[in-house]
Amino acid sequence: MHEFSIVMSMLDLAEASAREEGASRIEAIHLEIGALAGVVPEALEFAFQGAREGTMASAARLEVDYLPAVARCNTCDASFELDNRWGVALCPTCGTPSAQLLQGKEMQLARLEVA
Amino acid sequence: MATHDSTRDINLHSHGGVDGSTDVRTVQVQKSLMTHNDGVAAENRMRFGSRLVLNIVSSPGSGKTALMERTVRELANDLQVGVVVGDLETDNDAVRIHDAGAPSVQIVTGAVCHLEAEMVARAVDNLDVEGLDVVVIENVGNLVCPAAWDLGEDLRVTMLSVTEGEDKPLKYPRIFKDAHAVIVNKIDIAEVVGFDRAKALDSIAKVAPAATVFEVSAKTGEGMADWLDWLRARRVEKVERLSKVTVG
Ligand SMILES: Nc1nc2c(ncn2[C@@H]2O[C@H](COP(=O)(O)OP(=O)(O)O)[C@@H](O)[C@H]2O)c(=O)[nH]1
Ligand SMILES: [Mg+2]
Ligand SMILES: [Zn+2]
Repeated sequence: MHEFSIVMSMLDLAEASAREEGASRIEAIHLEIGALAGVVPEALEFAFQGAREGTMASAARLEVDYLPAVARCNTCDASFELDNRWGVALCPTCGTPSAQLLQGKEMQLARLEVA
Repeated sequence: MATHDSTRDINLHSHGGVDGSTDVRTVQVQKSLMTHNDGVAAENRMRFGSRLVLNIVSSPGSGKTALMERTVRELANDLQVGVVVGDLETDNDAVRIHDAGAPSVQIVTGAVCHLEAEMVARAVDNLDVEGLDVVVIENVGNLVCPAAWDLGEDLRVTMLSVTEGEDKPLKYPRIFKDAHAVIVNKIDIAEVVGFDRAKALDSIAKVAPAATVFEVSAKTGEGMADWLDWLRARRVEKVERLSKVTVG
C-alpha cells in the first residue's frame, strides 16, 4: 500500500508549509489527486488516520478533489476528458488513441487551513 | 513590500475565538507530494551522467530478473550493465544478476511495495557507476505502487508475461501509460497457455500508443535482438544528447 508513503510525504510538506506561515496547527489539508494517479481514496484516508498522530495535523481533516483524466489528440489539436477508468484515451472526434495526458496523474498539496 | 510573496494568498476568516487566537487561515501551497522524491531523483540523474538508466516494472514473476540476466550476458561484449534490484524480502535476484556477470546491488524494501529515489541513491553508493554504460533498476514486483516515484531513470519499461491476461494494460493504466517500452515476456509458452496475442497488443496500443513493444522469451532468447538494439540505440542517443549540451 503506497498510500502510506504518499501520506508521509504529504505530512512533511504540510508541516513545513504551515511552519513557514508561523502556524501552530493544521486544521485541514486539501489535496488534488488525478483519476489515474493510482491512489485509492479509502487507503489514503486510512493511512492518514494512522499517520497524523503526533504531527501538526493530528486533528486535521483531509479533503480530496479528484481530477478527471484529460488527454490531447495531436491529430485534431484538441483536448478531451477520458470516458473510462482504464486509461484508454480515444479521441472522440477521430478515434486515435492518445499517449499524451494533460491531467490525471496529479498528487498535489493544494492548500492548507492553519491556525 | 508585502510580507508574503504573491504566490501565497492568505485569507483570514475568524472562527469566533474569544481572543482571536483560533483564526483559521488558508494557505495556498500548490506543490506536488512528490517534491522531495523528485529532488532526489534529479540528483540521481546528475550522478548517473551519460549512463542509460532504465526503471523496469511488472507483476511479481513476469520475468524481470530473467530478462536482465540474459540482457547482461548478451550485451557483455559491447556494454557494461549494472543492476539495482528491489525486492520485498530476499537478495536472490542480485545473486542471479551477479552470476550472469554484472555488478548488482539489492535493495530489500521490507514492507514497502515500491522503490523511491532515496533508496536508489543509497544503493548506488555501492555500485561503481563510473565503470558502467547502462544501469537497470528492477523495481519491486507490483503494477500500482511504483508508478508515482521517479527514480532518476531515463526510460520506464513495463513488462507483462503471456500468463497474465491480455487486458493487463487496461487494469493498470498509469504504469503502462508512462512506459517508453512494453515487453511481452514468455512468448515460448504463449501457445500452451492460450495467449491471445492480438488482444494483448490491442490493449497495449490503446493505453500506451507511443510505447515501443517487444515480444520476447527471456528463457529461449527469442526476440532479444530487437530489445538489445533498442537499448544500444537509446544509449547512443543519450551520450550524443549530453555531449551536445556540454559543447554548446
Ligand atoms: N517459460 C518462461 N519462463 C520464464 C521466462 N522468463 C522468466 N521465466 C520464469 O518465470 C519465473 C519468474 O521469473 P523472474 O525473472 O524471477 O521474475 P521477476 O519476479 O519479474 O523478476 C521464473 O521461474 C523464471 O524462470 C520466459 O521467457 N519463459
Ligand atoms: Mg526479480
Ligand atoms: Zn482526434
